[in-house]
Amino acid sequence: MRAFELQSRVFAVLIACAVLVMSGCATRPSNPDDPLERYNRAMFSFNDKVDRAIVKPITTAYDTVTPDVVQTGVGNFFGNLGDVWIGLNNMLQGKVGDGLSDWMRFLVNSTFGLFGLIDVASEMGLQKNDEDFGQTLAVWGVGEGPYFVVPFFGPSTVRDALVLPVDVRGDPVWGLDHVPTRNTLTVLRLAHKRARLLGLEKTLDEGTLDRYAFTRDFHLQQRRYKVHDGNVPMEYEDFDLDEEASLVPYETESDVVARSAVERLELVSMIETDADSSMFVIR
Amino acid sequence: MKSALIALCIAVFAIQPVGASANGPAPDELIRKLSDDVLEILRNDEKLRNGDVSNVVNLVEDLVLPHFNFRRMTMLAVGRDWRDASPEQQQRLMDAFYGMLVRTYSNALKQYRDQTIGVRPLRMSPSDKTVRVQTEIRQSGAQPVTVDYVLEQSADGWKVFDIVVAGVSLVTNYRGTFSQEIRVGGIDGLINSLETKGREFTRAPGQS
Repeated sequence: MRAFELQSRVFAVLIACAVLVMSGCATRPSNPDDPLERYNRAMFSFNDKVDRAIVKPITTAYDTVTPDVVQTGVGNFFGNLGDVWIGLNNMLQGKVGDGLSDWMRFLVNSTFGLFGLIDVASEMGLQKNDEDFGQTLAVWGVGEGPYFVVPFFGPSTVRDALVLPVDVRGDPVWGLDHVPTRNTLTVLRLAHKRARLLGLEKTLDEGTLDRYAFTRDFHLQQRRYKVHDGNVPMEYEDFDLDEEASLVPYETESDVVARSAVERLELVSMIETDADSSMFVIR
Repeated sequence: MKSALIALCIAVFAIQPVGASANGPAPDELIRKLSDDVLEILRNDEKLRNGDVSNVVNLVEDLVLPHFNFRRMTMLAVGRDWRDASPEQQQRLMDAFYGMLVRTYSNALKQYRDQTIGVRPLRMSPSDKTVRVQTEIRQSGAQPVTVDYVLEQSADGWKVFDIVVAGVSLVTNYRGTFSQEIRVGGIDGLINSLETKGREFTRAPGQS
């Protein structure tokens, strides 16, 4: 608990600093999502240096030494530990079915899946979800706030950064009393997560003009997608056409189903009125 | 009489096989075949697995990219400023963006390990001009990543114009950075940045 309070205080101070930096610098017309851009860019390159100096070497070593089968087990193990907290957040968001499914996953994988090393639940059709307290707040109506790069943690928003200590609190690894075990597991998990992204820097270097901005836009888009559990409407313009015609609303699969259902009902009702009127005529 | 006509219309729509238009395979069939072909090559080519870059680039250019609509992709990445670009500028933007996508896509393929791709069957009505084919990249030990392909009908079959990875539209995700470049240096500024970036990586082929 003390560690938790300390972390909250550290985060509060960090965010206060960021706000100071923001108010200190001259306003320049920039991305409306990113008023803290100056601070964020500095923190982004700081995180990048930490990554190159410490995290990436550890990760590369982990990735070279560990066979794929073991990596699969490691991923499953940490995924399983996360399911309890994910389930609780689903409950808090009122998604009882999803929450129960997450807890069911934890029960199944912790027993039949040998302490979570094997993801039996997914084979059974219980899908893994992705929730955290920031998403819960979003569902409760809290806005995301400006984009915010958290020291060591990376891309976030002010809302998500403020509740990061809550998510850390909900993390069973971080709650372990045995400190050496806790630290070992934390490093292992970090290495495992980072290993999934080993090819990413190269893609960002070669495939974008501005790594910082691309990462920011990607994070924000993906975050909004997660908050809405994938139901984000998309629109694709066609700039070759006239201004009015250029906005082509994009339909999701459920839209298509809904629309065709409505059309079918309309047809049915038209046929019915038609029948009625002809009956009337006969009379 | 009216009801009979409507009934006929419904019957016609019901009979017509959904999606299989006169030109080319249905969108989900196209994506399934494409991903099967690419995975097959990735699995069997030792050179590719050992990081021979040129082969991957050829694979992407010959097999994958002919099914993409680059004009639409570039337009969506550039955004509203596309209208103000001259045809010549548009062409240069397309060429430079093409190079960038080739590099991005090749890099992604080089990360291939043991993933499999599942394509969800598509439900669409015959009148649809734009569809979204949902796929899932499965890797043991990790959550599956959803990759959706957004396609539109064109004269020579369905063409992909956006790829949505884990909910993020790759094409429109470029828009923020591109409009930033345009604000600073105009459309020519963006063209220059893209072309410079391209030269940076074509100068040293084979390096990884």
